[in-house]
Amino acid sequence: MRYVSEFRDSTVASKLVERINALSPVKANLMEVCGSHTMAIARSGIKGLLPEGVSLVSGPGCPVCVTPTRTVDEAVELARTEGVILTTFGDMIRVPGTSSSLQHEKAAGRDIRVVYSTLDALRIAEENPDRTVVFLAVGFETTSPSIACSVQLAEKKGLDNFLILPAHKVIPPAMEALVACDELKLDGFICPGHVSTIIGSRPYEFIARDHNIPCVITGFEPLDILQGVEMLLKQVRDRKAAVEIQYTRSVRPEGNELAQKRLYEVFEVGDSTWRGIGTIPSSGLDLREEYEKYDATRRFDIKVPESKDPPGCRCGDVLRGIMSPGQCGLFGKTCTPEHPVGPCMVSSEGSCAAAHEYGV
Amino acid sequence: MCLGIPARIIEIEGDMARVDFGGVVRDAAVTLIEDPVVGDFVIVHAGFAIQKLDEEEARETLRLFDEIAEAIK
Repeated sequence: MRYVSEFRDSTVASKLVERINALSPVKANLMEVCGSHTMAIARSGIKGLLPEGVSLVSGPGCPVCVTPTRTVDEAVELARTEGVILTTFGDMIRVPGTSSSLQHEKAAGRDIRVVYSTLDALRIAEENPDRTVVFLAVGFETTSPSIACSVQLAEKKGLDNFLILPAHKVIPPAMEALVACDELKLDGFICPGHVSTIIGSRPYEFIARDHNIPCVITGFEPLDILQGVEMLLKQVRDRKAAVEIQYTRSVRPEGNELAQKRLYEVFEVGDSTWRGIGTIPSSGLDLREEYEKYDATRRFDIKVPESKDPPGCRCGDVLRGIMSPGQCGLFGKTCTPEHPVGPCMVSSEGSCAAAHEYGV
Repeated sequence: MCLGIPARIIEIEGDMARVDFGGVVRDAAVTLIEDPVVGDFVIVHAGFAIQKLDEEEARETLRLFDEIAEAIK
């Protein structure tokens, strides 16, 4: 068992497609919330295999994409601060802020380093005791427990030159915000596999129960996604709305309780602003009082002018699922993977990058 | 960004493990999973193992796929 190739068998895939077609004439608008799903769907060509009437819409599940311009501006300002080493996951470096990006600042000589893990940022802090290392902490529940661990490790090691710029987001409240959106009529959610690996299936139950929308937590290989779509379509056909788990090899109903414990030892839920959606109550994570000293916004007086999104950029509408990437006037013209205008074209998991690379 | 890759734990030392992604070996923290042991398959995300994969569940999913492939022949 390698947990990869077994879930890519083309014979089984074609049988699953036959089963999905046999369910027609079910019509359904299904949203894949997670950016990793968006990319996996585009790469495997699944959209083109589904019957007419069944559409897959990309949602706000790419942390790079939903991080508002203001956070990028704050990171740029921190990078310009004397004595600061700004550390970040790779995709964030190219996201345009109001007047600069981390990439531009790096080219201008600021000390900005791309890391694979927060543990790398911690090591940089240990190696540079006379500098302050700030980690740009973006990501959903998949990522935030690891950031929590790093903050606790900094505390254990007495590293007071390690800080984070907190920009974490929590997925289920954003899904509820989309359900309330009149422009978007959703019949089902393909729920994120790795966020759910941490939080389990229960946090989605209110969406099925209160909003009558089926949810299936799905894995990332082609057979996983096809089976997830079939499970959703069966619920739509049967007029059911429940939370089901397709990705059972990784997701348990209770999630990863140890990771949740670590996460909420360090963070507490607070309101957060999402690009394209606005402020969503209880959709972000703030450091708890006992860990506030690791918050870069408290250590530094970060002043940024009013943030502005790039003119003409429709990433906000793409993130809400009310516009496809190709409908944006900039797509493929002034906005390309080489010269991205908006974050959905920057991120390797952004809807626009996926549409540009795979033509879907 | 929520990309998680399956890997097998080949060595554990304290809070860190060496994990094998089908030939590529890297370090990963095991502080977010209960009782990691050598041989476990885990999902690795941003340098942390975030869950042990359940082999029995994986085999059950594959058994279902086999049934699907057989049923419509």
